[in-house]
Amino acid sequence: MASKSLKNLTAPLSGNNPVIVQILGICSALAVTVQLKPAVVMGLSVMVVTAFANLVMSMLRKGVPSRIRIIVQLVVIASLVILVDQVLKAFVYDVSKQLSVYVGLIITNCIVMGRVEAFALQNNPWDSFLDGLGNGAGYGLILVIVAFFRELLGSGSLFGYPIFEKLGLYELGYANCGLMLFPPMALIIVGCIIWAHRSFNKDLQEK
Amino acid sequence: MGLRNIVDKLKPTFSKGGKLAFLESTFDGFETFLFVPNKTTQHGAHVRDCIDMKRTMIVVVLALLPAMLFGCYNTGLQVGLEGWTALFYGLVRFLPMLAVTYIVGLGIEFTAAQLRGHAINEGFLVSGFIIPLIMPVSTPLWMVALGTAFAVIFGKEVFGGTGMNVFNPAALARAFVFFAYTPQMSGETVWFSDWKMMGATDATTGATALEQLATKGNMQWSDLDAFLGFIPGSFGETSTLAILIGAAILLLTGIASWKTMVSVFVGGASAAYLFSAFGAFDYPAYYHLLVGGFAFGAVFMATDPVTSAQTSTGKYIVGFMTGALAILIRCFNPAYPEGMMLSILFMNALAPLVDYFVVEANIRRRKNRVKTVK
Repeated sequence: MASKSLKNLTAPLSGNNPVIVQILGICSALAVTVQLKPAVVMGLSVMVVTAFANLVMSMLRKGVPSRIRIIVQLVVIASLVILVDQVLKAFVYDVSKQLSVYVGLIITNCIVMGRVEAFALQNNPWDSFLDGLGNGAGYGLILVIVAFFRELLGSGSLFGYPIFEKLGLYELGYANCGLMLFPPMALIIVGCIIWAHRSFNKDLQEK
Repeated sequence: MGLRNIVDKLKPTFSKGGKLAFLESTFDGFETFLFVPNKTTQHGAHVRDCIDMKRTMIVVVLALLPAMLFGCYNTGLQVGLEGWTALFYGLVRFLPMLAVTYIVGLGIEFTAAQLRGHAINEGFLVSGFIIPLIMPVSTPLWMVALGTAFAVIFGKEVFGGTGMNVFNPAALARAFVFFAYTPQMSGETVWFSDWKMMGATDATTGATALEQLATKGNMQWSDLDAFLGFIPGSFGETSTLAILIGAAILLLTGIASWKTMVSVFVGGASAAYLFSAFGAFDYPAYYHLLVGGFAFGAVFMATDPVTSAQTSTGKYIVGFMTGALAILIRCFNPAYPEGMMLSILFMNALAPLVDYFVVEANIRRRKNRVKTVK
């Protein structure tokens, strides 16, 4: 049982990743990945929201009539998002400014409601919590990978530290790739990650 | 023939069971490059013609030569050199860029073909020749390499290689370099060679004709200079005359579609005269056909048989819209003085849709005919 529960946590990291396998939450993955710091914060926020939304909805699952379940889910998710938003504003105000509307838009992130609908309504609270945590982490993982390449190649820095400038690359004639700062390039990077991921996991390849 | 014997002797080594069988595609690529293949198509409809794809591509490269040679000469001329020195200086500037494009592009194409076990395609011989021709003179080589790699991998190989690409690879490489390195790729220095050798004047700078037209409303050159190509710009785009010689070669051999080519010019001219009539700019409207990459794009890039429309009516529509859209971008988007690259890419994306409607319209027309007979 323990190992089965643990699988709920680990599967979404790779084999059932919400972004690159379920193809959910792409829009925010393109919007908040220009730099690493907002991407990390965004990943953590989504992780908290998915985990607790799953937990709460799983506990409520027997008491909520299925006709009104969507509206109940929205109330739960929206309250969690407001909570996260307030915490961010209180402790990391500058990042919260950078993320702007995208924190509020976690409500519309398909991963959150997708996991509640697909998993939490059929499973016990502990498994649901782990599933939410895993899916949030899987989302955050992709965000961090995309943001790593975009910040490194687009701005020449990591977490705001000007790494290329310290290495003296600009004196050699190197220039930052401005295309990395545009969302289309983020989509191409996500595509590359999917490409690499599928070539390692042959069972995921569509025929 | 000596060469034929050598090739035949080497063949078993590279065929199935041979020691270097894993390089079969590469060997096949070189063999068919040297000799017309002796295989014939066994099934299905096919056209009997002595010219195959490799021979087609060589003709296009020949058609590009006048623009390339003049471009090299002009590169030297723009930094104060004259005569043969100017041409030689230009070649020294151009050839490394061409080498980088071919090494990077063909390297990726050969690897991809080898990995998939496909025959190597020759489409890149032309794309690789066009890419340096549409780059500004002082583009750093590593940017050219990156742009080429991006175009070949994301524009071509992910769609399945030559013949399957949605976008013109050369236009894509140019677009990548432009959007990725906008500060380096625009402004006043990049259009003049920055290599100080053979007595080139150093630190020549200045805006291109198009930029001058967009910002000041006139240009410092006469229209004859612009037509002959004595203006700064990318290597191959400056001389409309040299491009027209290339166009004549392409049209006489029947390789490029005159429908696309003519409609691009018609579309560009109508848009230019229309906007001029409405007072969008004060200079003569035909300037738009002479300066910038318009003529080059119309002759060599819009006519790409893969990414342009396939149907006859579609060619007129896509060609006309490519030309008109280029002028529209030039006149109304201050951020992009040159609109040809963007309009070619945009119409590449729309060409399948145009084809679809042309085919549908034809089906509807013929259905109606059947109905009226009944």
